[in-house]
Amino acid sequence: MTDRPLTRYIQPGHEPLDIDGYERAGGYRAMRQAIAMGPEAIIEAVGRAKLRGRGGAGFPTGRKWEGVPKSGAAPQRRYLIVNADEMEPGSFKDRLLLEAAPHLMIEGVIIGAFAAQAEIAYIFVRGEYVLAIRRLVRAVAEAAAHGYLGNDILGSGFSLTIHVHGSGGRYICGEASALFSALEGHRAVPRSRPPRSTTSGLWGRPSLVNNVETLCCVPSIVERGADWFLGLSRSATEGGTKLYGVSGRVKRPGLWELPVGTPLIEILEEHAGGMREGYEWRAAMPGGASTAFIMPENFDVAMDFDSVGKAGSWLGTGNIMVLDQKRCPVGMLHNIEQFFARESCGWCTPCRDGLPWVERILAAIEAGEGEPADLDLLAHHTELLGPGGTFCDLAPGAMAPLRSGLKFFRAEFEQHISERCCPWHDTAEGWA
Amino acid sequence: MSTVEQNLTDLPLDAALREAIVAVTRECETPRAAGIDALKLVQKRFGFVSDRHLAELAELLGMTPAELDGVATFYNLIFRRPVGRHVILLCDSVACWMMGGTAARLQLRERLGIEPGQTTADGLFTLLPIVCLGCCDHAPAMMIDDDLHGDLDAARLDAILGHHGWRR
Repeated sequence: MTDRPLTRYIQPGHEPLDIDGYERAGGYRAMRQAIAMGPEAIIEAVGRAKLRGRGGAGFPTGRKWEGVPKSGAAPQRRYLIVNADEMEPGSFKDRLLLEAAPHLMIEGVIIGAFAAQAEIAYIFVRGEYVLAIRRLVRAVAEAAAHGYLGNDILGSGFSLTIHVHGSGGRYICGEASALFSALEGHRAVPRSRPPRSTTSGLWGRPSLVNNVETLCCVPSIVERGADWFLGLSRSATEGGTKLYGVSGRVKRPGLWELPVGTPLIEILEEHAGGMREGYEWRAAMPGGASTAFIMPENFDVAMDFDSVGKAGSWLGTGNIMVLDQKRCPVGMLHNIEQFFARESCGWCTPCRDGLPWVERILAAIEAGEGEPADLDLLAHHTELLGPGGTFCDLAPGAMAPLRSGLKFFRAEFEQHISERCCPWHDTAEGWA
Repeated sequence: MSTVEQNLTDLPLDAALREAIVAVTRECETPRAAGIDALKLVQKRFGFVSDRHLAELAELLGMTPAELDGVATFYNLIFRRPVGRHVILLCDSVACWMMGGTAARLQLRERLGIEPGQTTADGLFTLLPIVCLGCCDHAPAMMIDDDLHGDLDAARLDAILGHHGWRR
């Protein structure tokens, strides 16, 4: 096997491997090994591999899996849920895995469900991912026809059914407890925590929720072992490879599977090819619209959760957006807050009313109608809507880029207010 | 939207569609869990979910019409009003904003005479904003019906519209 556990089965520009092709290439071997290992050994390996949640939160996967009550202790139905509701602006990694390696996804689900002793799995896919849904449904049928799903899989006594659910939309569905509400047929409103979803999730039963990329790492951990997976990484605190992406006016926007901990500057220069002629980078968001700006003097940061956290931001999805000198940072933040205001589920007042307020203040500043006091008002909101101020993490996520923008782009904010216009306005309306 | 189709949305669901919906509810742990799938089945046939159909679905799902409407109106991919023959979902999130998403919106306004949220007078297109489509390395991007289109520029956008029946 190669050193690319996530993309080894992917041939760009080709249809994904069907089940026969996938097995010929080594697929579903890890599933057999996993069944022979048993749940506890799998969970131990995933923990030792230092796999961290790739949906953006970075929670240690092994610890999450340990949190599912043992089947003997709680003889009730339990669920594995794949969070394939990729909607964080700037993120496009899970779509590749779902569309181009559906059997890797399913093998990861089977192993994860076996480890949690979950007999029902849902793959919760955003509704716009039509091609991904189509390919997943086909792959599930192929796996079932081969006896890898259904009753008593390969004589193990373990049974599993996978449902592919196409969502009705809304960013908030990616919040795990809101996702449960959606699957149960309610408005996708989050629930209070604790209890943790591993003890009380979907229909109040133990539910293990993992991101697409996280589960796609698991087959290779089982097959090659935790030490091998750790060795792939350039980081001491986290194992594996990761799908890093770059968008913005770089020469080669795209996705690459690279060792965890690859420096941001290396991704931008060697893989994305640096900036297009005539453009310079001004800042980057390392992992989606809810991560704080990183400034060029910190572009040497290693792209892992701990290092990016120490640099004042968060790895998030690891899909990087580059802001160049011809696009306006205030306009960018306005776009981001417009997104969060629209996607607030409306359940709690600070988020429902606070985010539109923030959005309107930014719109005014961008339109040249801002007042100096607006900057204090925005800063105040980053506190009010910060961690602990709202029911779930949507608004705190919305405040992270704003807080960093007020810090790093203070001069640009003040310029909008004193000159009563956006100095970069015209460029935003043109084609890139 | 032709009057014929509008009338159909005021009539009861046909037996085959009702049967398909009941089959989905049987696969789910509770009937209401089939709500989104059921709404989508109706929408696939009629383009949107009418009041009449919503009430009928609610009964099949063991919900009140108001409860089901609360669900239906929460999710942006469920349409409670008629839409055009083709639905354009134009990404207005930040990666597309950086790469010319605004230019795409302005060109659509110029060509079709509609803003996001509106339908053309001939009923051919409905334009809706959508959150990041996960196509950021090929921004700006949009979907028309089930198909994703990236790397939009002025010529490509016109060509895609033309392919869907737009004439200058």
